[in-house]
Amino acid sequence: MYYVELLLIGLVWGCTYAMMALGLTLVYGLLRILHVAQATVFTLGAYAGLLTANGTGSLPLAFLVGALVAGASGPVIYRLVYQPILDKPPFVALVASIGILIAMEDGFRLLFGPYGLSFAHNPWFTDTVGFAGLSLNVVQIWIVIAAVVLLSAFAIFASRTRAGVAWRATVSDPPIAESFGVSVRGVRYTAFFIASVLAGIAGVLVGLLNNLVEPGMGGLISYKGLAIIVLGGLGNVPGTLAASLLLGLVEAYGTVFLDKALDRDAIAFLFLIAILMVRPQGLLGKAH
Amino acid sequence: MDYYVSVATFAALNVILALGLNLISGFCGQVSLGHAAFYGLGAYAAALCSVAGAPLGLSMLAGVLVAGLAGAVVGFAALRVREDFLAIVTMGVGFLFLGAVRKQQWLGAEMGIARIPSPLDKWGYAMLAIGAAIALVLLSAHVRRSWMGRAFGAVAQDEDAARTIGIDVAGYKIAAFFLGTAAAGLAGAIYAHMTQLIVPDAFNFVQSVTILAMVVVGGIGSTLGVVAGAVLLTLMPEMFRFINDYKLLVYGALLLVVMRFSPEGLAGIVYRLIGRRLA
Repeated sequence: MYYVELLLIGLVWGCTYAMMALGLTLVYGLLRILHVAQATVFTLGAYAGLLTANGTGSLPLAFLVGALVAGASGPVIYRLVYQPILDKPPFVALVASIGILIAMEDGFRLLFGPYGLSFAHNPWFTDTVGFAGLSLNVVQIWIVIAAVVLLSAFAIFASRTRAGVAWRATVSDPPIAESFGVSVRGVRYTAFFIASVLAGIAGVLVGLLNNLVEPGMGGLISYKGLAIIVLGGLGNVPGTLAASLLLGLVEAYGTVFLDKALDRDAIAFLFLIAILMVRPQGLLGKAH
Repeated sequence: MDYYVSVATFAALNVILALGLNLISGFCGQVSLGHAAFYGLGAYAAALCSVAGAPLGLSMLAGVLVAGLAGAVVGFAALRVREDFLAIVTMGVGFLFLGAVRKQQWLGAEMGIARIPSPLDKWGYAMLAIGAAIALVLLSAHVRRSWMGRAFGAVAQDEDAARTIGIDVAGYKIAAFFLGTAAAGLAGAIYAHMTQLIVPDAFNFVQSVTILAMVVVGGIGSTLGVVAGAVLLTLMPEMFRFINDYKLLVYGALLLVVMRFSPEGLAGIVYRLIGRRLA
């Protein structure tokens, strides 16, 4: 029973990672940028959601505001920071992105205090649902539902809509896509918007899960998101989803079996390094 | 006076760390986001030796070798993965080091190692650190002009082309990682003896980013630029109290602004002002 419970915990973690990593892989696929600052968007969404929830008492409204505030911030980061340095070597954008992350972590600390804020009323945190002898907290169930719904919506967007086709065309060949009338600029803004909305919703959910929103909450999840997109084969969407779930499970079981030797983050990165040494192109990536 | 001596020592340690990273990332073009792990490896190795009764010189040698050899192993990883993949792998190495040290009772876990023997006084460590920093500046300048430096440059610019003209890409990558991380180990060994207390958190991801900030703010690839960057970023929080309170905000914003407006850093600005091409 214990191992089944670990399986569920791993899946919940995996779903959280998937929501972050899908956005990171979208951005990487289009621009070859490791968007570490996604963590800032995630934390921003969580704070916006928490302040809305505590001000109005409505969780649906909190998700809406969290998603929109986060969603707006992504394209702004792209326009002000990434767009002017697209033609520079790849480390330039990566370092700039780390700069945003580090600076804003301190920024959130100054604005909202170092100890973090809690939801005044968080019914999902205390309510549990039991089935077949297992008990899950309501937030955990919502995380799985949100991940499934959002990722399915993305799959439909990518395969069935004009904007989705334009996105895929731009990923595979920007100049050709442009010559066929695709607005590459528009595609990039849309990708940043979608990635940021996903991060914002994930932020509110993780805030509810821990009943705590704090300045540093985005850092580790974003570093692991990067590890996941590398594992999945950079820019590869199915690989990213598989790697998210796999990493969630590895962490869940690893923290039990390797507790004496390594902590959770070390397990995640050990797994990443081990896989990359065997398959340098990632789990589902194509060989060079 | 004591205060100035210790600020000077820290500035010298940061120069060593930044020049080490510059060898790897600036000269040889291999992005590393885990430099603090080797700083930590050097500190822990030296501390363990000293606690066991080894003399200072031997402990420092142990710190340098342990960090350098671990760096060479990461250099092998750099043969398998490149650029963005390598950046993430080196970041992972940092978290792996931290997570492993935190769980090891024999390394003091979260509490670290305390009461490390300290054979020198404040002035002694200052001389040691400044001497090591000067030696590293000379080494950097020498490597830059040597055959090895040119080979590093070739690997940085175009690995495949370098391989085509017969440059031993694998060997030079491993050499760059060995030299750069051995320097970090040296800084760690001096740091451990000077402070007599080391904890895992002193070598976390933020520390890695801080070292990286010194390199890019100074001007990646430029020895004098990197020295200036390291000294500047050490002195700034000391000179302005408000910067010390918002250190990460300032470092982060600096990284962002430098990358956005002058990716060649301070060195790039200076070269542009005096109208010379960047070396």
